[in-house]
Amino acid sequence: MRIPILKLHDTLLISIQWELDDQTALQFQEDLLHKIHETSARGVVIDLTSIDFIDSFIAKVLGDVISMSELMGAKVMITGIQPAVAITLIELGIRLEDVLTALDLEKGLEKLQRELED
Amino acid sequence: MDSCVKIINEWDIVAARQLGRNVARDLGFGTVDQARITTAISELARNIYLYAEQGEVCIEKTESGGKIGLVIISEDQGPGISDLRKVMEDGFSTSGGLGAGLPGVKRLVDEFHIESNPGEGTLIKAIKWLR
Repeated sequence: MRIPILKLHDTLLISIQWELDDQTALQFQEDLLHKIHETSARGVVIDLTSIDFIDSFIAKVLGDVISMSELMGAKVMITGIQPAVAITLIELGIRLEDVLTALDLEKGLEKLQRELED
Repeated sequence: MDSCVKIINEWDIVAARQLGRNVARDLGFGTVDQARITTAISELARNIYLYAEQGEVCIEKTESGGKIGLVIISEDQGPGISDLRKVMEDGFSTSGGLGAGLPGVKRLVDEFHIESNPGEGTLIKAIKWLR
């Protein structure tokens, strides 16, 4: 099943609602880049509120898609990382460096708008 | 409660971690420990998939001195590890960053034992105790 990507003005919105397997994660990477190209979106918000764990593979796919989107000129904001996810990612030794994050979707959209205005 | 998942393809990684998460929840682990257990299983299963091609992850309940724990056993007949000390160092990687590596997994659990012989395979036993 593919992850839906919604367009809201110049921003793309993604809410990941179920556990990601490898194929879904890689398909999402491709779909998002095509959608940025298609819509000329300047910003992307990926909401992870429903995700209860992230392993090194999913973290790598996420980190890669953020760098790839930035290469295309779109800024990516990650929102809704749960306490358990933050704890396990750091314990596992994974650093998502230079990634824009916010507590929830609402704060993420506000922060992204400010980033895009700069 | 004693179950195993054979790891042959990437879908088996999903099956192994779902099994682990269900057992962890049934044993009464909180959300953070459930995430630690699920992540540790995912990493161990991925190591089998990446390096050994075939193996098995088993999830068991254990009891010791009045404590209840969840045991993750990861076993494969892959190429094995020639330098155990090196793979237990942070930052060591042969996959170019595809996995978090064993030191990361060790930090997620309370006990971590590894046995490996080149040409014979690898056996990892990790335990998380219920607090």
